[in-house]
Amino acid sequence: MLHTINKSPFENNTFTTCVRFLQPGDPILFIEDGVYAVQDGNRFGALIQSMLKKNNPVYALKPDIDARGISAVADGVRMVDYAGFVDLVEEHQVNSWL
Amino acid sequence: MDTDIKKIMHVMRRAPHGSIYTYEGLEMILIMAAYEQDLSLVFIGDGIYALKKNQDTTGIGIKGFSRTFMALDGYDVEKLYVDRQSLEERGLTEDDLVVDVEVMDASEIGRLMTEQDVVIHH
Amino acid sequence: MNIGILLKEGPYNHQASDTAYKFAEAAIAKGHKVDAVFLYNDGVTNVTKLGDPPQDDRNVAARWSELAKKNDFKVLACIAASKRRGINDDVLIDGSEITGLGTLTDIAIRNDRLLTFGD
Repeated sequence: MLHTINKSPFENNTFTTCVRFLQPGDPILFIEDGVYAVQDGNRFGALIQSMLKKNNPVYALKPDIDARGISAVADGVRMVDYAGFVDLVEEHQVNSWL
Repeated sequence: MDTDIKKIMHVMRRAPHGSIYTYEGLEMILIMAAYEQDLSLVFIGDGIYALKKNQDTTGIGIKGFSRTFMALDGYDVEKLYVDRQSLEERGLTEDDLVVDVEVMDASEIGRLMTEQDVVIHH
Repeated sequence: MNIGILLKEGPYNHQASDTAYKFAEAAIAKGHKVDAVFLYNDGVTNVTKLGDPPQDDRNVAARWSELAKKNDFKVLACIAASKRRGINDDVLIDGSEITGLGTLTDIAIRNDRLLTFGD
C-alpha cells in the first residue's frame, strides 16, 4: 500500500504517526509540504534511512521539492513527477494520510 | 469488473468540534453504511477524542455528535478499531469511550490497512 | 486504471486542489480514466463560478471545468456539504453538479482507486 504524506514533519506528526502503521515493503510518497521531510541534513534523516533499510521505498514529488527550493535530498530518496505518482498509484492501493 | 464487496476504511485522526472533519466524516460513513460494503472505522491520535464520554457542546453552540457513533451498530458497522498507543498517551481507557471498540496495536491496524480497497482519512 | 478522486479542501487556502488537478491531468495523459472528482468538506467551493482570481493566478474552478468537459467526467459537489457553504446550482461552473454521498459510494465501488486529496 502506497502512503502519501502532505504535512511538514516539523509542524505535524502525520509522518511519524504513519511510520508506526507502515507494513514491510510499503512505499511512502511525500507531497506538498510533506517534502520537507526529505531535505538532506534535517533531523528526520535517521528515520528516512531506517525506513529504507526496512525495505520501505521513499519517494518525493519533484515539482513540490523544486517549488520549495530543496536542493539536496537525503540519500536513497527517489524523485517522481506527477506521471510517476500515477504509476505508483497503479501499482498500489493508496492511503493518503491527511 | 470487480463486483465483490469493497473494503472501505475510514480513519479518524482529528479532534471533534475544533474542525468539521470528524463530523462530516461521520455523515459520510452513515451514508456508506447503507450500501452494504465492508466498512471499518479506525481512531488514531486526536480522532479518539470524538468518542469521549460526557461531551456537552451546548456552550459552544455546535451540535454534538458523539452519540451518533452509537447508531453505527444499527447499520451493522461493527468494526471500530482504536490505536492502543494513541489511547494510552491521552490517559484514556476503553471505559472513557461512548461505544465498544477493539483496541489494537499499530502493526495490526497497519496490516488491516493493507487489505483495504479504499482508505479515507477525515 | 479507473480512478475516482475525493477532494476535501477548497481552492487557494491549500495545495490539495492543485495536486489533485495535476494528478488527474497526468493520469489522463497516461491513458487512465478519471471517472469523477467528488468534492467534500470545503472542497465544494472548488466549483463556484463566482471566483475571480487575479489575471496572473490560476483559476482553479475554470481549470477543473475545462478538464472535466474535455475528458467527459463530472466534478461532483456533495449536496450536504454544499448547502452548509452556500453552494447551489446557481453558482456552479460548467462540468460540475451537485449530488449525494451515495454517488461517492458508487464511485468508490466501481473504480480501481479512490484517491483522497485534502489537508
